[in-house]
Amino acid sequence: MKLPSLREVGTEARLLLIGIPVFLWTMIPIYHMFLFAISPKEDAFSGKLWPDHPTLHNFHIVFYQEHYFLRDFWIQFWNSTVIALAAGALTLFIATAAAFSISRLKVPGGRWVMNLALFTYFIPAAFLAVPMYRTMGNYGLLNNHWSLILAMVTIASPYAIWVLKQASDKLPVELDEAAVMDGATTLQLFRLVYVPLMMPSLVAIGTYAVLLAWNEYLYAFLLLSKDTDITLPVALGNFLAADDSPWELLMTTGFIYALPPAAVYYAFKRYMVGGLTAGAVKS
Amino acid sequence: MAITLSGDQAIPGPPLSSRLTPAQVWGIVLLAPYLLVFLAFVVYPVCYGLWLARAPANYVALYNDPIFARAAVNTLIFLVIGINIKMLIALFLSGFFAVQRPWIKWLSVIFILPWAVPSIPTILSVRFMLNPEWGMVNHFIFSLTGEDGPNWLNDPTVALSMAIAVHIWKSLPFWTLILITGRLAISNDLFEAAEVDGASWWQKFRYITWPSMQTLYVTCTLLSMIWTLGDFNSVYLLTGGGPADLTHVLATLGIRYLRLDQLSLAMASIVCAMPFVLPLVYFMMKRLSR
Repeated sequence: MKLPSLREVGTEARLLLIGIPVFLWTMIPIYHMFLFAISPKEDAFSGKLWPDHPTLHNFHIVFYQEHYFLRDFWIQFWNSTVIALAAGALTLFIATAAAFSISRLKVPGGRWVMNLALFTYFIPAAFLAVPMYRTMGNYGLLNNHWSLILAMVTIASPYAIWVLKQASDKLPVELDEAAVMDGATTLQLFRLVYVPLMMPSLVAIGTYAVLLAWNEYLYAFLLLSKDTDITLPVALGNFLAADDSPWELLMTTGFIYALPPAAVYYAFKRYMVGGLTAGAVKS
Repeated sequence: MAITLSGDQAIPGPPLSSRLTPAQVWGIVLLAPYLLVFLAFVVYPVCYGLWLARAPANYVALYNDPIFARAAVNTLIFLVIGINIKMLIALFLSGFFAVQRPWIKWLSVIFILPWAVPSIPTILSVRFMLNPEWGMVNHFIFSLTGEDGPNWLNDPTVALSMAIAVHIWKSLPFWTLILITGRLAISNDLFEAAEVDGASWWQKFRYITWPSMQTLYVTCTLLSMIWTLGDFNSVYLLTGGGPADLTHVLATLGIRYLRLDQLSLAMASIVCAMPFVLPLVYFMMKRLSR
C-alpha cells in the first residue's frame, strides 16, 4: 500500500477541521434531547454527557400518560396525525387540480391565478396568522380541527401548485393530444394520463404538505386551545407554563414527536430533493 | 368571439357555457377549489385585517411604543446580520460538501437532520442547554474554568444572538442543499482546466464558482430574508420575547399585541412591515415567474 503524501494528509486534515465542527454543531441540540429522554431527572439536571443510569422509564411515563402534562398524549398524537394527513390530502387534491387546469387545460386567467398563488407563497405565514385567527373566529371554526387543516392547506397550496405546474409544463403536449384523439374525456385525461405521469412530484408535494402541517406550531396554538383538541407541538409549548417543568419528559415527548417526520423525510428524500429543491429556487 | 352585430342592435352572444370548450369548463371547475380557499382564507383575512388597522391612531400608538421600535430594530439585525452570516456559511459549506469523500457523504446525511426534524423540540432543547443553573453549557463552562457561566437568555443582545443562532441551526441545511445543487451544475471541465493552469482555490472560487452562482446566491438570500421575517418559533420558543420584551421581532410582536387584546395594533404592526416586504416579494415574483 502506498503511503499518502504530505499534501494529501494536509487536505484531509483541513476537511476534518471543517467536518468535525459541522458534525458537533448539527448534533448537539439533538443529542441533548436524546440524552434527556434516557435520563432520570437527577441525571438530566446534572449536566453529564451520559447519564449514570440510562433508562427508558421516561418513555414509559409518556406512553402510559402518567404525568399531569401528558394526560392527553395519545389523543394529541392522534390530532397531529389526522390534521397532517387531512391537510396533505386536501392540498394534494386542490393543487393537482389547479396545476392541471393552469398548465394542461390553459384555462383563461390561469397565469393570473398562478401569480396570486406565488404572491401568497412569499408573504411570511406569521403575518397572516393574526388576521387568519380572527377570520376563523368569524367563520365559527375556532377550536375546530378544520380551522387548522384549512389554514395549512392555504399555506401549503401556493408552493404545491407552483411546483406541480413547473413539473407538468415539462410533459409533452402530444400526450394530451394523442389521448384526446383517442376519445379521452378531460377527466380521463386527468386520471389516466396526467396523475400517473406526475406521480414523483405528487409524492414530494404530499410529503411536503404533511410535514408542514405536522410541524406547525404558531397556527396550531392560535387556532386550537382545548387540551383534547391541540396537537403535539402545542402540548410541548404548554410544558413551559409551569416553572418546575419536567424537562426530561418534555424532551422525551419532543423526541417521540420528532421521529415520524425525520423518518418520513429520509424515506422520501429521493423525491424531496429532486422535486423540491429543484423547484424551490430557479436561478 | 361569437358576438355579432345585426342592424344597430347587439344580439347577446350564446350563453357562457357554450362559448367555452368543454376542456375550459373543466379547467374552471378544477381551479375553483383553490380559488375558494384563496378567497376565504387569504383575500378575506387580508382585507379584514387592513380594515381593522385603518385608524391612524394605531400608527401613532405604535410609533410611541418603545417595544415596537425595538422589535423593528431586532428584525433588521436578524435579517441583515443573521441571514448574511447564514448564507456565507451555506456558500462555504456547499463547497465542502461538494468534495467527494465517503465520510463527507455520510456527514451530509446527518447534516440535514435539523431541517428534517420539527423545530419546537430542538429549540426547547437549546433553551434548556442555555439554562444558567442546570444547562449543559454552563456546566461545561464551570468544569473548564471553575466560574459560573453567564445568564444567557437574560441579556437582550445575547438572547437575540442565540435566537439567530437557533434560526441558522435550523435553516442552514436547506440553503446549503440548494447551493450545492447550484455548484454541482457547474461543469467540472472548468475546474480541471483551472487545476492544470495552477489556479489557487481562491482564484477558482473567484473566477469559476462565484460568477456562475451569484444569481442563485442573491435569490436565495432575498428569499431567506422574506421567510425569516415570519420566523416566529426561533424567537418565541427560545426567549419568549424577553427579557422585558426586548427581543421581540415583528413576527412575535403581532402575537404579543393579540395576547394583550390589541388586535388593531397587531394588524398595524404588520402593515408597517409591508413597505419593506412588498418590493422584495415583487422582485422575487419577477424572478420566479419567468
